[in-house]
Amino acid sequence: MTVASHYSYWVTIFLAVAGLYIVIARGNLVKKLVGLSIFQTSVYLLYIAPGKLIGGTAPIVSSEFQVYSNPLPHVLILTAIVVGVATLALGLALVVRLKEAYGSIEEDEILAQDRDA
Amino acid sequence: MKDYLVLRVIAKMMIAFMLLFALYVQFHGELGPGGGFQAGVISAAAIILYAIIYGLPAAHRVVPEWVVETMVAAGVLLFALVGVAGIVLGGNYLDYFVLDPNPVHGQERGIFWVEAGVFITVSGVMLKIFYLFAGRGRDEESES
Amino acid sequence: MISVLLTLMAIATTAIIVQRNLFAVVILFGIYSFLMATVLVALDAVDVGMTEASVGAGISTVLFLGVLYLTRSEEMKPMHRPLLPLAFALATGFMLVYGTLGLPAFSDPDAPMHRHVAPRYINEGLRETGVPNIVTAVLASYRGYDTLGETTVVFTAGIGVIALMRRIRRRRREQPK
Repeated sequence: MTVASHYSYWVTIFLAVAGLYIVIARGNLVKKLVGLSIFQTSVYLLYIAPGKLIGGTAPIVSSEFQVYSNPLPHVLILTAIVVGVATLALGLALVVRLKEAYGSIEEDEILAQDRDA
Repeated sequence: MKDYLVLRVIAKMMIAFMLLFALYVQFHGELGPGGGFQAGVISAAAIILYAIIYGLPAAHRVVPEWVVETMVAAGVLLFALVGVAGIVLGGNYLDYFVLDPNPVHGQERGIFWVEAGVFITVSGVMLKIFYLFAGRGRDEESES
Repeated sequence: MISVLLTLMAIATTAIIVQRNLFAVVILFGIYSFLMATVLVALDAVDVGMTEASVGAGISTVLFLGVLYLTRSEEMKPMHRPLLPLAFALATGFMLVYGTLGLPAFSDPDAPMHRHVAPRYINEGLRETGVPNIVTAVLASYRGYDTLGETTVVFTAGIGVIALMRRIRRRRREQPK
């Protein structure tokens, strides 16, 4: 095991942990959603990076190439990206509704208003 | 942004090519990179650019709300119907081999319609989401 | 080259954590998405890279900016010191890194994922479906059920957004009467 052979894993983990940290530590709901998106994109990397073969090519069959990278993670992540943006839009819609109901997108202020009520 | 001549002219030129590129990605997706998901997002992006430059009412005239809402449901329905067609023609659900006497042509036909369904739903949902977010800002402005 | 891009992505993420102006955060997230798309293309995932470039850097940036227009674009200073979240994140990170030590090296052709179903898709895909792009063939044909489910999820999320965003508009229209 060397640094080069596992570097992609470690960057993936850094991105996932950074996204997790933003989601837990920050109270701003838009920032939380950015963190959630970073967490989500780190998963794309987790799936795609091991599928790469050095010397391989994109999985479009042609007689000129023999080695192809693994197409299965591409399929799984392709659909996950589009589903991801649709669910992100759902989260943003909730943020807009919260802003209209409470006049704030800060978690602490919303909780304080709920305690007072 | 209707007052910026450069933006207006360039956008008008670019939108045609964006829509053409979306069609290329859709129909060339079996040979090169691309497919229904990407083409749907790109065509929605073309309309979104149009809405940003020319305003939401103009975009509503090009692609009315009811068309978009129909697209959201029609794509999934088309996908599901391709599956039902497999059953009707004597195969399993989403079985494309029976769609044509030649099994390979049946596969190609099934993939074509499935990708079309994905394209319709994805572009409809993306456009609808943009309309809703953009329309909300306009309503608040007109009231306050 | 991939390592350089990955390092740039880590830097962009750090900037997103530190930055408190939400407008800057959204633009940095767009940059991050474009870097991700480039990495994906470098990793031979051309279809995924194309999707990430149009969705991540395009549509989600537009959506975030639209929401910022409706809300406030400055983040509040956090009330508590984020020691507990930091400790939790670091602990999770170390456990995950420990987990990677047993994983196969980058681009190892003998890794289990390259020996299971992928060779069959690559070897038989063109003959069975007549479609050279294996990703399209697997997406629409071999894993058609999966894609039907994903399309339904997109549909459901769209319906959810419509339900959330439309109701209030009708109520507003009735108010002036």
